[in-house]
Amino acid sequence: MIKSIRTWILVGFASLLLVACGQGGGGAGSKKSKTLDNTKKAGFVKCGVSQGLPGFSNADEAGNWTGIDVDVCRAVAAAVLGDADKVKYTPLSAKERFTALTSGEIDVLARNTTWTLSRDADIGLTFVGVNFYDGQGFMVRKASGINSVNDFKNGISACTNTGTTTELNMRDFFNSRNISYEPIAFEKADEVVQAYDAGRCDTYTTDKSGLAAQRTKLSNPDEHKVLPETISKEPLGPVVRQGDSVWEDIVRWSLNTMIEAEEYGVNSSNASSLKDSDNPAIKRLVGAEGELGAAFGLDNDWSLRIIEQVGNYGESYKKHIADTGILPNRGPNELWTKGGILYVPPAR
Amino acid sequence: MNFKNLKLNLSNKNKDLIPQVLTVLFIILVVIYFTINAQNNMGNRGISFGFGFLSQESSFDITFSLIDYDGSHSYARAFLVGLLNTILVSAIGIFFATILGVTIGIARLSQNYLVAKSAEWYVEIFRNIPLILQIFFWYFAALRALPLTVDSINFYDISFLNVKGWYVPKFVWSNFSLFLYSIIFAVILIYLLSKYAQNQRDRYGKQIPTLYISILLFIGLPSLTFLIGGVSLSFEIPELNQLSKTVYVYKGGVSIIPELISLALALSMYTATFIAENVRAGILGVNKGQKEAAASIGLTKGQILKLVVMPQALRIIIPPTTNQYLNLTKNSSLAAAIAYPDIVLVFAGTALMQTGRAIEIISITMLTYLSLSLSISVFMNWYNKKMAIKEK
Repeated sequence: MIKSIRTWILVGFASLLLVACGQGGGGAGSKKSKTLDNTKKAGFVKCGVSQGLPGFSNADEAGNWTGIDVDVCRAVAAAVLGDADKVKYTPLSAKERFTALTSGEIDVLARNTTWTLSRDADIGLTFVGVNFYDGQGFMVRKASGINSVNDFKNGISACTNTGTTTELNMRDFFNSRNISYEPIAFEKADEVVQAYDAGRCDTYTTDKSGLAAQRTKLSNPDEHKVLPETISKEPLGPVVRQGDSVWEDIVRWSLNTMIEAEEYGVNSSNASSLKDSDNPAIKRLVGAEGELGAAFGLDNDWSLRIIEQVGNYGESYKKHIADTGILPNRGPNELWTKGGILYVPPAR
Repeated sequence: MNFKNLKLNLSNKNKDLIPQVLTVLFIILVVIYFTINAQNNMGNRGISFGFGFLSQESSFDITFSLIDYDGSHSYARAFLVGLLNTILVSAIGIFFATILGVTIGIARLSQNYLVAKSAEWYVEIFRNIPLILQIFFWYFAALRALPLTVDSINFYDISFLNVKGWYVPKFVWSNFSLFLYSIIFAVILIYLLSKYAQNQRDRYGKQIPTLYISILLFIGLPSLTFLIGGVSLSFEIPELNQLSKTVYVYKGGVSIIPELISLALALSMYTATFIAENVRAGILGVNKGQKEAAASIGLTKGQILKLVVMPQALRIIIPPTTNQYLNLTKNSSLAAAIAYPDIVLVFAGTALMQTGRAIEIISITMLTYLSLSLSISVFMNWYNKKMAIKEK
């Protein structure tokens, strides 16, 4: 009931906000950012996260949020407000997330959201980058004797979340193989896990990182396995509202800074000591050269604060994804210099 | 709905008219202001407004549909699937809630202590637990309790119940239309018979056993079509199929998904408690003297209930029960929590997410519920009027 009412109220409010609030967002091309001003005034970054996905955004018993998506918000807070802890987290369902962003309830959406053309172009959103390259997979019971997606046969039932790209990918996949299937789509991930655990469906499909994380919530995680095949591209990344290009740049370069810092070996413990490094790229990262922050109306230490308070991408990944046992192997999320596909434009 | 109070009296109360016109103008202006503002704001944020998306391909599938549907159909068709599913679960819910409610309501008035107390406990327990918890209870409790497909509960080798649903035989007809016509014909005959019986009773005081003749007609005529009309019926029985080492599924027959069963169960058990109280209030609301008077002129117990008590009790029962029917229909939107593909899950959920058209889709959904509720209201008001005592 709570969930359902929340959704309705949120959607309703969002519509009202769209209706009632004045001219939102700074005009394109202007240097002034209304979102930045509002954030500074409020003293915290309004960040939309998931309702609990270990490794990405998950709250502990004390209500502290952690995860690589959370770290994007923390980086923005460190850059803009000087303190990575000044973030207000709003947990959102897949259905609520975009409305919450377009209506201004949140200013950054870091909620393992897949970047697609229609989302980027059609509904007033702008994706600023990718903080996790993922792909959709399937989880099955080990005892089922299914070892690959080639073992799926007509009549198989598949549980998933509603309102996500997985629903569409699932159809593309089964259709292209001419397999009839029974799709069962729940609103919340917790219900999907429960239904799959009870045997309502034969397979559970979502992003592979999500499968790895949700597997830990099953009653006997060891009895389940994720199939090797990946059936889709799921570049997950932070999203902002369309129309405030300065804010968009701040979020994009906060993320890029974390990745670039890893590339140049700058981390939370050595950053301040690298101010007199010989490498100009490193000096720019720690704010000892150039005036990069001025481009978004920030001071010159914005990137140093991100690295010191949040850490570089590698540190964030290790802490939240690798050390928690979700996906110890970085796979495509390794730097381009180490065989992965993480490649960001230079900060200069 | 009573529009009588809103009727404008132009002839003699012009001073009353002015504030009313101003109010209407104000409301129209507010609506226009909000519409324009919404359009501006959506324009600024790069969101377009329109209903063109309804004809686009939906590209998502739905578990359970009463009409032919897959992802290659349009969003409009997906909307229809959701709407029909909402109507289906509401209709099933209303049907069982009414039967259960009337039974429990009468049981509460029973002379038998055990029966009356059990009914009271039922009402107090199910009325006071939030509906969403009951839905979760029936769904997840049922899922946990039901066996896997391979160990299904077997009903005489024709019907099977397991965690994936309840599989029942499918009716395969030949010459179905003839069968249907015979039923329609029987209904018409029964109607004429009841008119004739009433006529006979009014004119000559003669009682005709209409009930028995009606039952005979209703069963006899369709049966005849089997014997001489060439109508035949066979059953497609669900068969167990193995998909992999431990994965089984039933094929053929009709599958009733557990989401539908648990939602209908929760809705009817919850709403039945309120209907039971309405029924109890209705029966208690009929003056004892009415029954005694009826008995004194020699009516039988059945006749007293049918001709004296119920007509008066129904006047009290119908209006609040209409509210319960409306509540049940609206409560069916909680389906989204357990993946029953109703209009909220399919249209205000998946379709909203895929298209991002929040304002359009939520408006359509709200209008749909409004129309559904108003239709039920109109029907029940008509029924209420029919049942009302006509002063002569």
